[in-house]
Amino acid sequence: MTRPVPPALVHGRRLPNAWDAAAIALVFALLIGVAHVARGTLTPLAQMQSGHIHLDPAWLPGYALRTTMRMFAALLVSLGFTFTVATLAAKSRRAAIIVIPVLDILQSIPILGFISFTVLFFLHLFPGQELGAELAVVFVIFTSQAWNMAFSFYQSLTTEPADLIEACRSFGLTPWQRFWRLDVPFAVPGLVWNTMLSMSGGWFFVVASEAITVGNTTFTLPGIGSYVAVALQHRDFAAIVYALLAMLVVILLYDQLLFRPLVAWSGKFRFETVPSAGETEPWVLRLLRRTFLLRAAGDWLSDQFAHIVRLRLGRAERTFVSAGRHRGASRIGDAAFYAVVIIAAGIASAQVVEFCARTMHWSDLARCVILALYTLARVIAALAISCLVWVPVGVWVGFRPWATRLVQPAAQFLTAFPANLVFPVVVAGIVYFRLAPDIWLTPLMVLGTQWYILFNVVAGAAALPGDLREAAANFRLRGLLRWRRLIIPGILPYFVTGALTATGAAWNASIVAEVASWGHTTLVARGLGAYIAQATVAGDTSRIVLGVAVMAAFVLGFNRLVWRPLYAYASRRTNFG
Amino acid sequence: MDQQTAPGILLDVRNCRQSYPKEANSELIVLDDVNVTLREGEIVGLLGRSGSGKSTLLRIIAGLLRPTRGDVSWKGTPVSGPVRGVAMVFQSFALFPWLTVQENVELGLEAQGVARREREERTEEAIDLIGLGGYDGAYPKELSGGMRQRVGLARALVTHPDLLLMDEPFSALDVLTAETLRTDLIDLWSEGKLPVKSILIVTHNIEEAVLMCDRILVFSSDPGRVAHELRVPFPHPRNRLDPAFRKMVDDIYAVMTRRKSPADLKAEATRPATGFATPLHPIGTNLMSGLMETLAAPPYDGRADLPALASVLQYEADELLPLGETLQLLRFAELEDGDIRLTEQGRNFVHADTEERKQIFAAAALANVKLVAAIRQVIDERWNHRASAVRFRDELEDHMSPERAEETLRTAISWGRYAEIYSYDEEAQQFSLEDIEEE
Repeated sequence: MTRPVPPALVHGRRLPNAWDAAAIALVFALLIGVAHVARGTLTPLAQMQSGHIHLDPAWLPGYALRTTMRMFAALLVSLGFTFTVATLAAKSRRAAIIVIPVLDILQSIPILGFISFTVLFFLHLFPGQELGAELAVVFVIFTSQAWNMAFSFYQSLTTEPADLIEACRSFGLTPWQRFWRLDVPFAVPGLVWNTMLSMSGGWFFVVASEAITVGNTTFTLPGIGSYVAVALQHRDFAAIVYALLAMLVVILLYDQLLFRPLVAWSGKFRFETVPSAGETEPWVLRLLRRTFLLRAAGDWLSDQFAHIVRLRLGRAERTFVSAGRHRGASRIGDAAFYAVVIIAAGIASAQVVEFCARTMHWSDLARCVILALYTLARVIAALAISCLVWVPVGVWVGFRPWATRLVQPAAQFLTAFPANLVFPVVVAGIVYFRLAPDIWLTPLMVLGTQWYILFNVVAGAAALPGDLREAAANFRLRGLLRWRRLIIPGILPYFVTGALTATGAAWNASIVAEVASWGHTTLVARGLGAYIAQATVAGDTSRIVLGVAVMAAFVLGFNRLVWRPLYAYASRRTNFG
Repeated sequence: MDQQTAPGILLDVRNCRQSYPKEANSELIVLDDVNVTLREGEIVGLLGRSGSGKSTLLRIIAGLLRPTRGDVSWKGTPVSGPVRGVAMVFQSFALFPWLTVQENVELGLEAQGVARREREERTEEAIDLIGLGGYDGAYPKELSGGMRQRVGLARALVTHPDLLLMDEPFSALDVLTAETLRTDLIDLWSEGKLPVKSILIVTHNIEEAVLMCDRILVFSSDPGRVAHELRVPFPHPRNRLDPAFRKMVDDIYAVMTRRKSPADLKAEATRPATGFATPLHPIGTNLMSGLMETLAAPPYDGRADLPALASVLQYEADELLPLGETLQLLRFAELEDGDIRLTEQGRNFVHADTEERKQIFAAAALANVKLVAAIRQVIDERWNHRASAVRFRDELEDHMSPERAEETLRTAISWGRYAEIYSYDEEAQQFSLEDIEEE
């Protein structure tokens, strides 16, 4: 069974500081810059308007393949980003000062709000070519994965065991050798887990970004997401069911062929001194290990890899390390670096202020905040309801090993399934029964994210030490008292982990969940998500930026004020040690 | 200097000092004026208590750490980084869990860029020499502690270093396994099968040092200095039960328990008047009671020889000495010339019941441990009878490393809680008088 690990970003116990402000200014100036480039490039898009999505299910395997390829392209880019940026931040004290806050801000930004900008930006780079659109989609998925992965890698790099670092130094490994012999292997378990979390989220975004409407222009890239979008326009219910089935197969293959083998394989790199017992080998890994031909191929590959790893690239660090503080650090270098960052942040802030002054009024901000409060209420309500349902279920399951074995893989599978494919079905229901969209669109936000809660609660309940449960039974703890004294404190860290992941994703989902359409009927719920979505359709840059900024602020505030303290509290209280 | 070019001298450490900067122009001195010379063909032991800076010295010698002051030279050339020709064996083994035994052993050769065939040959050789044949493909976590340290040894030996550095190599192993590894290593050394010219072992285990080394440098703590240098004249294999061997162990115990010299005490008296910045050993009250009860009962009847007591209790010097010193600090016992003697107060404690014990301990702690007294005093002076732990931690950190300060504060918290002198709220990091019965 896989042990859930909280997303890497939870751990940072950083207090807000001046660097955060600099990071916010830089990030938003960048976004405004991208928006600026993107504006006014709507014209070449007209030729690209594509209607060549066929609803015939025979086309679906091809579409599914293309969607999957985009996922993996993005994964490769994210890995490259992780290995370079996180390494830079870990090895350079100066870089870390600004890179880490920037990553933290970036991961709070609702990606879906920016799809239109990124799409226009890339189309501008490659006018009239499909490549631009493809790159845009890959970029969107990249932005949904990279920050979390980079942060996980950074954390591994900064927590490497001192004795292994000393061993590397005293044997004179070159930086290249050290990277592959120590840095990467040590990071693998955390990185694999965070990559999987990111990829599960990624299916949602790939589906959402294949068919984008900006202004009057809709452009589509062949894939499952655009297939569903076209089916939606034609009110073709059968086609939606086909698409759901295709996605189901894709996720199943991804889960069986990649996710499970990878997680099991990453166990080899777990930094522990005792072998962990009772982990079953996924069938794919067994196949790879036991089949002669496959094993030979695998051995050959790993030999080649080892050969590359052994290359003595770079020079071994044959210098002392000074004890204590950075006495060797050059003050002039520091001053120069800080000056550059401050000037850049200053210019960025000026840009942001100028942009806001030109296009916005205070009343816009007030309106956004009020809408954000609506969405906040919706997120909290949806989350509360799913907790009420899934916490008892999860605990019941977690206490029964046979049920855990059945439910855990299913929950893991469901976190990866892009819930937005199911939206049309729900929307059709709302339209048919004439329900109030303000209330009934709300569940859509947690449709895909509630499984994180179930998954983590099951894991928490299963990990509760047996002797504590026996002690509770022995003292006849029952009902509410049993929950208050045993179950809730026991599962709290796991629960917080799940709920945190779920809320972050729910905010993001609000952009596609608060506006939903079925044929020519469009349902709108009052909220910030709908605001951003409508601004996107209208191509209104300034409102998009404002909406995204307010939402990012809410997500960031929620994480900092609620989840991080709660997580710190929970993990301190329930440290079975 | 002509001394440095003298034949047979591998390593020379001159006037080495290691300190960490502290607030307000003060510094924490870990090593002070250390001189060490290593020659070919000898096994040298650095013996000292934990915190005496011996591991720091080992890292300086390995070229991993820059000394604050002083020179290190290797075969006559100044050392400025990790030295080729010096290999290290770690206390924690420091094996890469994702590499097999063979890959772990190959690591140092890979770094040197040794060609594949030679690398495999030498690896095989080292693995066989150290008794790991057949384990080539195993991962470290599948091995027992003893086997893991054999991998650590093979990994160091495969590079054919001139000097083998060993940082408490056997202290993470159980007694019997450690003994096997020691004898195996000494046998290989005596038979000239080890591809090394000299070995330097850091240890806190007196018997280990006497058993293995040709020369022992005894370190004193706070700051670390070479207090004594002894030559061990016995030929290998050595017999632990040999009276001469026992006498040497006893003598070293006496050296290590010797009271501080008058000059040292004077230096302590002139320290800033904050008063409570004496490091406390993290010793629990149950452990103290246990030792005092053992001492009071026959056959000791209030007095015991430390080495004998240590071996009966299966303790090492490093574990027993802090315990003895803590009892001495509280005036429950006295240490002299390798003996420990229970005081009147110690006897009273042993014969008291649970409540009385707490009262006796409270009186002893308030009278003799300045930190505990200071905490209580601050609480009493405050109108709300609360005191933040932060100020005490800060003040301790001015005089010792952050780890030591934390350990000292933790110990004061636990003693204060036991003796009901004050209580402590972990979440708020505050001392208070809640739940303390006032008499």
